Amino acid sequence: MKISHWLRNVILTELFIPITLLIVGIYHGLMQTVYRAGLIHQSSFAGLDYYQGLTLHGVINALVLTTFFAVAFGHATIVYFLKNEPRKRPTKLSMWLMIAGTAMAAWAMFAGKADVLYTFYPPLKAHPLFYLGLAVMIVGSWIPLFDWVGLLKSWRASHTGEKVPLAVWGTIINFIIWFTCTLSVAYEVLFMLLPWSLGWKATINVALARTLFWFFGHALVYFWLLPAYVMYYAFLPRLAGGKLYSDLVGRITFAIFLIFSVPVGVHHQFSDPSIEPNTKLTQSLLTFGVALPSFLTAFTMFATLEYAGRKNGGKGLFGWIGRLPFFDSSRYLFSYFICGLILFIFGGFTGIVNASYELNAVVHNTAFLPGHFHMTVAGPVILAMLGMSVHLVSQLKGKKVFAPTLNTIVPYLWMIGVFIFSAGLMWGGLQGEPRRTNLGLSYLNPKSDLFHPQWVPDTLLTMCGGFIMFLAGIFFFIVFFGTFFRRKTQEADQLEFPVSEALHDERIIPLFNDLRPWVILMVLVILIAYIPAILDVFRFAGPGAPPHLPNSPVPGL
Amino acid sequence: MQFLGIELDKYEFRALLTAIVVMTIFIFSMLYVVGARRSDVPECVNFDKSYLTPRIDKIDDSTYEVYMVAQMWGFQPSEIRIPVGSTVDFYLTSKDVVHGFYIDGKDINMMAEYGNVTKRTAKFTNAGVYKIFCHEYCGVGHQNMEAQIIVGFPTSQQ
Repeated sequence: MKISHWLRNVILTELFIPITLLIVGIYHGLMQTVYRAGLIHQSSFAGLDYYQGLTLHGVINALVLTTFFAVAFGHATIVYFLKNEPRKRPTKLSMWLMIAGTAMAAWAMFAGKADVLYTFYPPLKAHPLFYLGLAVMIVGSWIPLFDWVGLLKSWRASHTGEKVPLAVWGTIINFIIWFTCTLSVAYEVLFMLLPWSLGWKATINVALARTLFWFFGHALVYFWLLPAYVMYYAFLPRLAGGKLYSDLVGRITFAIFLIFSVPVGVHHQFSDPSIEPNTKLTQSLLTFGVALPSFLTAFTMFATLEYAGRKNGGKGLFGWIGRLPFFDSSRYLFSYFICGLILFIFGGFTGIVNASYELNAVVHNTAFLPGHFHMTVAGPVILAMLGMSVHLVSQLKGKKVFAPTLNTIVPYLWMIGVFIFSAGLMWGGLQGEPRRTNLGLSYLNPKSDLFHPQWVPDTLLTMCGGFIMFLAGIFFFIVFFGTFFRRKTQEADQLEFPVSEALHDERIIPLFNDLRPWVILMVLVILIAYIPAILDVFRFAGPGAPPHLPNSPVPGL
Repeated sequence: MQFLGIELDKYEFRALLTAIVVMTIFIFSMLYVVGARRSDVPECVNFDKSYLTPRIDKIDDSTYEVYMVAQMWGFQPSEIRIPVGSTVDFYLTSKDVVHGFYIDGKDINMMAEYGNVTKRTAKFTNAGVYKIFCHEYCGVGHQNMEAQIIVGFPTSQQ
């Protein structure tokens, strides 16, 4: 279909800006492995301090890129499946707010005034514009949801008795999760961190700030993941040459995510003071609830792929695997999606390790954690985002994909890199190696009293994986910017997706076609899970904390 | 077949059953270890200013209480010497920003937060040197924060 030129410009802008910033994000990802392997023993390199770069890496890759992409892909999905466009003013306002917020936060980070990492835990303090920028960016990302809900309502009115398109069901659920979870971090940033960083409030309640952050922080990862799941359910079966094994499972999956994405945040706080063990145990059990839809999706995706493989002539127990379009450059999205799925098997299981209550004590804040999450956020999430960005740019700009063979190789190279990288990190983590640490200055510095030679092999392995990932990243940038800037080869302002049919055509189940009961259930579970946590914090915590800049033990602004 | 009113084919049913069984095994293992091995998440302690004074209290020959204070950029006390077979209660707080506290070789993993106190108990049945790392970014000196527990090597003062 053809879309309006203004909307096409919005979507392109919302892809171009974060992917340009991603150059810095991926560069510093590589640099972190270099510092940590002790290849250099410095606190900064080429003008960027380690922790400054680490902040940029986290904020750009995990907050800016993911949010912009979810909004841009959300617009594309809604327009394509509901055949109706969002309103111009709110959509442009949303885009400008996100850009303005990102610019403020980017200024603070590049100026070295926000070396606080993407979790920005107080009492470490950043420049007020960092906090304001993030808040503005998040508020900007709220706006599209309300427009899309209106579009869905009018679609239902003219399509009574029909199933909501699965991709729309997933997208709107994703943004309801986003809006709900960002309420707490918006409060934390605007009413706690910002006044405190300006000196208007003398102290901050550290435990409350962390609890509000993690109310947001876990649901955040589902906000990242669900666009990839939308692509798996709605597009992967067609790309594989088959049909979706069950459409209903997709609806159930997204509904379960709506219930369980938010009320599990405390599993990031198992080691925290002032939250009772029972509260932590409850949220650990709820986390198994949020693991269930991924098990369902894994089965459904592999069943779908088996069906496609057999349909294309595959025989025998495993013969169907060879009949899938792994290296077909005209179906490169398949490559991006399958590599993400394979990585997610390991990402998911290591996530379950982290969520398992006291087992978390073995791995919390060790290198095992980034080992885990690079097989999730730097697995299915980023691969789906990168592949789909190329697809959208190619369609909207009317340009054939540049270097299509290279494009098809990118996900495999990336996947191999991540496996090696994460293996090194997990190995190190199980030996006690900390995350978020410039190891090269001390633990990986032979001249230091703190030298830990046992961490040399695993950090070297991690660095090798990092170099491979970096190479894949460079190839991706060649494809993306090459496609973006080449001469026009076909009609522009187009939007097409490889839409899949369902194998088992199920009748409509009203419960999985109506969001309202699920939203009510979501609120109830959140209250049950989080009221105890907030009460615990107020019961046990003592005085609030004054601000600290990262370079001084003396409190101050 | 039907499951809660939803039509499942036999493969879907088996997949769902497998997922539930696997998760049940994980949850059971998790709870079993909490009970049998007495391994648990940190305890909550009401805040009191006295926890900001770092010290080692010897209760008897094999029981100690360590009041650990994390700060930018070190732990106090930075060295703890105890005999083999000691049971130690670690109380932890922070004088400034959030710090991590991880005893390598033991499942003691806690966060030190200003205005909050947390507690874990560990039994040291093997002699050796146990390193304690800060694993939460706490500013420019973060990578230098290390302490140690020396088990079974008494000094002349003990």
